[in-house]
Amino acid sequence: MKRALPILAVLVVLLAAIAFVNPFFLEPAGFLAFVKRAAPLVILAAGQYFVIVSGEFDLSVGSLVTAEVVIAARLIDGDESATWPVLALLIVIGLLVGLVNGVITTKLRVPSFIVTLGMLLVLSGAVFLWSGGAPRGALSEGFRAFGRGGLGPVPWSVLILLAAGAAAIWLMRADFGKTLMATGDNERAAALSGVRVHRAKIYAFMLSGLAATVTAILLGGFAGVSAQVGQGLEFSAITAVVLGGVALGGGRGSVLAAMAGACTLEALFTLLNLYGISGALEFTVQGVIIIAAVAAGAVRLPRKFTPRKGDAHAAS
Amino acid sequence: MSGVSVAARLREPTQVVFLALLGLIALGWVLVALDGGQFLTMESVVGIQQRSAALGIVAVGQTLAILAGSLDLSVAYLISLASLVAAEIMAGRDGNIVPAVAAVLAVSALVGLVNGLVITRLRVHAFIATLGVALIIRGVLDHLYDGPAGKVPESFQLLGYSRIGPVPVSALLWAGVAVAAWFLLSRTRLGYRIYAVGGNEEVARLSGIRTGRVVVLTHVLCSLCAGVAGLLLASRLGAGAPTVGTDGGYDLESIAAVVLGGTALAGGKGGVAGTVGGVLLLAVLDTLFNQLEVNSFVKDVVRGVVIVVAVAVYARRLKGRPA
Repeated sequence: MKRALPILAVLVVLLAAIAFVNPFFLEPAGFLAFVKRAAPLVILAAGQYFVIVSGEFDLSVGSLVTAEVVIAARLIDGDESATWPVLALLIVIGLLVGLVNGVITTKLRVPSFIVTLGMLLVLSGAVFLWSGGAPRGALSEGFRAFGRGGLGPVPWSVLILLAAGAAAIWLMRADFGKTLMATGDNERAAALSGVRVHRAKIYAFMLSGLAATVTAILLGGFAGVSAQVGQGLEFSAITAVVLGGVALGGGRGSVLAAMAGACTLEALFTLLNLYGISGALEFTVQGVIIIAAVAAGAVRLPRKFTPRKGDAHAAS
Repeated sequence: MSGVSVAARLREPTQVVFLALLGLIALGWVLVALDGGQFLTMESVVGIQQRSAALGIVAVGQTLAILAGSLDLSVAYLISLASLVAAEIMAGRDGNIVPAVAAVLAVSALVGLVNGLVITRLRVHAFIATLGVALIIRGVLDHLYDGPAGKVPESFQLLGYSRIGPVPVSALLWAGVAVAAWFLLSRTRLGYRIYAVGGNEEVARLSGIRTGRVVVLTHVLCSLCAGVAGLLLASRLGAGAPTVGTDGGYDLESIAAVVLGGTALAGGKGGVAGTVGGVLLLAVLDTLFNQLEVNSFVKDVVRGVVIVVAVAVYARRLKGRPA
């Protein structure tokens, strides 16, 4: 909680700024709409957090989201009865992709940056090869309900977000979280003290794959089927995690802060839209703010808290 | 040559990538012959050289950044920016070529300087720093341009298309950049320092190297390479285009080529020769797929698998070596 304070403070300031321009934001409906919009990225960031804190990267999540939405649309093709089997299949695919990423990274000792970059190429190539270049088919109403429907006034995506967030926080407090943190901090020391570091990392990648699946289900319902649905999400997720003060290279940072980082990023987009810095220059402002935020974090902390990219692999 | 030295040679990723390249050419020749065609005709060789030149130049720059333990994700947008700066200043007039090239190099060096300073002075991880700079450039590009702009005079277009015998001028440019980088890395003090900083920054610092300066310099050089690639692409297109860099996927593709060439992503190990091999390997693979008329999506799948397998092979070889 303590480590999440700086980013939570930034988040509160941004939310206050949004409420100042747009009073509707203070009403439950307005706020819930914001959380609903933020939910996919927050869940994806939580998944990415597990991988980053274990000292690795997952660049494949964006294409995994696209792949799963395209697969779902093609297989369901408007057929209501296919909803649940396809949902189960998507979860299996997500876990499988994570498993492959994790096994190649740990057992074949390929840097995860390269493994997941390769996975990105393979997934996007394979899915469009299978679907013939453009997404086809349609999602069923039952599938879309997760992204757009709700339980009374509360959208499903908000409930899913709460459940996923609670699960992520619980995981990091359990033994798994401690071994994962130890693995990311110093892989060799963790291995020597009896942590099964490979297993921990593989689980981290599988959690990231699972998070990407949930994100795909929410985005598919919320935004619909397109070949661009997951584009650039891997960079957004990594940015969100880093914005939450989690160190690339592993071993530092909290999952709550990572999720707060994703909310902050989403709040930033909302705010930029409200102030009319729409579309184009939005990226420029985003870039400046990301560098400034990370720089501010790095300057405050002593040097050893910002390990370089190579550290994770130097240990292996 | 004794068996021992062959085994030792095989441990060098640079040799592996060139052997793989030869193997791929042989395989391609057989496959295309079975298909009833001829692999590596004059046309396809020229095509390979043309296609690899832009990526090759970017990848040489990326090699320098990665060797120093950094990496640069901003090259794709910088290439687009460079192509636009070049075409806008040239505006179709021959007399403006020199100022345009100078402006492109100045802008590129500035972007590299910003990358380097953000990484070393503000201590932002290279991944985030260059991603941030990429977003900044993207915003400016999207804000100012909707489509192609400017015009490149005919004389400058020769850079992209003309050739001397079978060798395109663009390939010569690539070769020049690669040789210069090779010379820098293997024959100069800065080159040794780049390896030292990438190998272990703390040890390098304690040995009296100003590590920050080395990292900034590699980023300036990397961005200059991206700028040159932007010039080359502008001369091919005849105009500047805001999407030319990202359409080519030069950011991740150049990193993939460098790693394919056996340079360690963590820095300190590898070299330009491997990168050249890696780029050629990707280009030959591309040409082979084109000749066999394989679906372009298969290309992505195969490319992804090749990159991962190659790095897995290098990792295995390093394991067999005494630490």
